[in-house]
Amino acid sequence: MNVQAWIARHAQTFVGSLGRVVQHPVAALMTMAVIAVALALPLLLNVLLQNSRAATADWNQAFDISVYLDKKPGGARAQALAKQLRSRPDVAAVRVITADEALAQFRSTSGFGTALDALRDNPLPDTVVVTPTLPASNPRGTQILKNAIVAMPDVQTAQIDSQWVERLTAILAILRRVIWLTAALLGAGVVLVVGNTIRLDILNRRAEIEVMKLVGATDGFARRPFLYSGVWYGLGGGILAVLLVAAAVASLAKPVEQLAGLYGSPLRLSGLGLRWDVAVMGVSIGLGWLGSWLAATRHIRAIVPR
Amino acid sequence: MIRFDQVHKRYANGREALAGVSFAIEDGEMAFLTGHSGAGKSSILKLIALIERPTRGQVFVGNQNTAGIKPRGIPQFRRQIGVVFQDHKLLFDRPIADNVALPLIIAGTPKREIDKRVRAALDQVGLLGKEMSRPLELSAGEQQRVGIARAIVGKPRLLIADEPTGNLDPELALETMRLFKRFNEVGVTVVIATHDVHLIDQFGARRIVLGDGRVAAPSAAA
Repeated sequence: MNVQAWIARHAQTFVGSLGRVVQHPVAALMTMAVIAVALALPLLLNVLLQNSRAATADWNQAFDISVYLDKKPGGARAQALAKQLRSRPDVAAVRVITADEALAQFRSTSGFGTALDALRDNPLPDTVVVTPTLPASNPRGTQILKNAIVAMPDVQTAQIDSQWVERLTAILAILRRVIWLTAALLGAGVVLVVGNTIRLDILNRRAEIEVMKLVGATDGFARRPFLYSGVWYGLGGGILAVLLVAAAVASLAKPVEQLAGLYGSPLRLSGLGLRWDVAVMGVSIGLGWLGSWLAATRHIRAIVPR
Repeated sequence: MIRFDQVHKRYANGREALAGVSFAIEDGEMAFLTGHSGAGKSSILKLIALIERPTRGQVFVGNQNTAGIKPRGIPQFRRQIGVVFQDHKLLFDRPIADNVALPLIIAGTPKREIDKRVRAALDQVGLLGKEMSRPLELSAGEQQRVGIARAIVGKPRLLIADEPTGNLDPELALETMRLFKRFNEVGVTVVIATHDVHLIDQFGARRIVLGDGRVAAPSAAA
């Protein structure tokens, strides 16, 4: 068989299989819709995850150090310490919170107002919040700064406030893993759905496959149009999935913007982006092909003309 | 071309279709397989086309022992044989031209060559001009001739036919047999299973008469 004839034959089968798919438009759309829903769910979760990572990206620089002073009277010591710290090259900003200010803030936010009234003395220390410069905003830089601060006089203890950022990062990592697992399971579902559609298609064309085999068709030849059908189902499902995600993002954009506005954040919900769109269709086509390959290989081999 | 050597065929349901059949058909010969229905005519054709395998004995086709052909080799083997089926086995959702072209498409023949040979095959069976018709738009006789065109389009050296005149009126049946005779005259080995003894009386070809799964009267041409 020459190459030109081979290519022409494949192209013809490829287009011909599209004709077969659209012959039963409702059934084909149903299959594509199932694929689309299965793909859209993990994709949408992924969009939310990516956006929340984007939203918290600048928080990763939040390596503030809270410095608690000895519980001794005299607010001037805090100011002196602040002045000393400001002169350091790895310090960007220093803010002093006196014990009185801290108590007032605690009273207004904690709901323990009356209980606090019972206290004779303010139990809170003076606090200095130190923000490192950007180059020093990493675990090692802040650790060096923290060690230097602890060695200073009047300092009771110093605490790096990055713990909750680390926790958030860990939670997002788990979410990411969950999304991948979901995607893998639903991907397997797509393979099964396409496989089942192709299986029914093969049963409907049993007589035709028998005739082909009788006049010398290999299993591969009989299988080819079904593989292309699987590719079409995958492509259709992939396009629908991308549209579904785009629609969901569009409908979420407004409320997310409002929420972000309440936090004074300029955050806007961003969709998948072109590279993801292309990747989704590629994966969808791959899953469609795999599903049809598994079903067609098995069921066409089982058809033996009598 | 074909040699059966003590061939037995017992089906899964226990029916013994062939009980030690031996005969040989020479290259370029035309032979009729006759006998009442159930005598084993179809079984012999199925064994030749590797649709069935013998339970015992050996079947040679084109000097090749078919026992040595593995399932993978069956498609290639079948492409060398033209088969005409009793029930035509056409694809009803495809036009006549596509039906006839099927063996060539499967074999990977270039498109221009296919068009040429399909027209030639349809011309030989008298169906030129019906390329775009669908099988169901044709009469039973015409459908049978589409099946014959498909069997010969690949220019096989062996043509086998199972009751090709079964559903045809006597005149059409005679016409169809003459068609097979013409293929035989250009060198194709032709084996036809038929119970229509009156019809084949008009042809001076060899008969292999089957009865109860055995060759009853292997007679030479009259």
